[in-house]
Amino acid sequence: MLTTREIKAGEVVAALALRVLAGGSNLEQQIRGGYASDMLSCVMAEAKTGYIWVTMQGHPNVVAVASLLELAAVVVTENSPVEAVTVQRAEEKGIPLLITEHDTFTTVAMLAQLGIKGSR
Amino acid sequence: MADGITKIQELVYELRIKQVMRTPVITVSPDARMRDLKELMRTRKISGTPVLEGGRVVGIVSIEDLVKALAGGEIDAPVSQRMTRDVVTVRDTEPVIEAVKKFSELRLGRFPVVDEQGQLAGILTGSDITRGLLEAIGLDYHEEEIQRYRASHIFEDILSDDTSLILRYDIPCRDFERGGEASSRIRRALYHLGGNPQTVRRVGIAAYEAEMNIIIHTTQGGEMVVEVQPNRVRIVATDRGPGIEDVEKAMEPGYSTAPDWIRELGFGAGMGLSNIRRFADEMHLTSTLGVGSRLEILIWLNSKKDV
Repeated sequence: MLTTREIKAGEVVAALALRVLAGGSNLEQQIRGGYASDMLSCVMAEAKTGYIWVTMQGHPNVVAVASLLELAAVVVTENSPVEAVTVQRAEEKGIPLLITEHDTFTTVAMLAQLGIKGSR
Repeated sequence: MADGITKIQELVYELRIKQVMRTPVITVSPDARMRDLKELMRTRKISGTPVLEGGRVVGIVSIEDLVKALAGGEIDAPVSQRMTRDVVTVRDTEPVIEAVKKFSELRLGRFPVVDEQGQLAGILTGSDITRGLLEAIGLDYHEEEIQRYRASHIFEDILSDDTSLILRYDIPCRDFERGGEASSRIRRALYHLGGNPQTVRRVGIAAYEAEMNIIIHTTQGGEMVVEVQPNRVRIVATDRGPGIEDVEKAMEPGYSTAPDWIRELGFGAGMGLSNIRRFADEMHLTSTLGVGSRLEILIWLNSKKDV
């Protein structure tokens, strides 16, 4: 399902005051929906191209998943530790890697207010 | 350039003559006799050769000149008398297209290739160009070049009854750092081969789950072999143990044997195999406890499976 109005990754960064860890040059992409989970296989199954993914995971596989699915952005919540190699890979693959002090519940609620929806 | 451009056409512009020319060059001296030339042509199986004096090309002599000399009873004449003095050469750094143009304009059989100093660097015939192009289409052609041309033509340009491209990846166990690397590469390769994004995405997901299964669960690692054919992709993931105790149970969504520390990393949700089943057109899993597992995944490139 598409969002009711078009919103770019950059607008989400501004609206939620997110910190950009990597992929700052790639914030023009439209966000087509959202998904939240810390289980990578669940993300693989449910998140779709152009989605924003909210997670607490910070290891490099996050980038592998985001890149395979061609996600629009990844938001790491609760300022969870993000490995240096994760940031480096995200930069290489041009995946916007964003971080916030808020928890996953609050982050998703804020994204929903911006009109971003999940798929089911 | 219009859409109609083929990979061969692109390569003709990209490849340099020095990449396809033949070296070393068999040459004759202007003082050699036509009789010697006949022997040279017979033993070396060539139909023409540049005439060289002090490293410089002073003429070119072909089988046609030899036939004329034979007919005229001048088999003992020096090559310098029978050769063509007006030699058309090509530069080693020119793109192959320049030679192709000259071949079709001048209807000559071969061109001596010269370097910047005008020294003979190689020889070029039509068949050298064909061979060079065929090699360039081959996979050993370095990756940068692959990115510059559309590799999707590979299946159109290489004619056979059954063409497939085999990609093999070693997957070490417990290497979470590199997790997803092989599937990323598989995905990129399929894009280069012109796969449609929906299908490539499905292959990517299935390959990722297969790769992570080897990383998470095996004790010795394993490998993934991807066979790409024009109509389907087949992934075979094999490992050397420990094998799956209950294959049917392993296929159930949510069933996992991953230890807690791996689940904390976000792996081992028990969704891997069911994800593969969902995104693949066919999947076959066999396993022998203590020996290893074999997972075969088939995805049709034109399938309309909606996921």
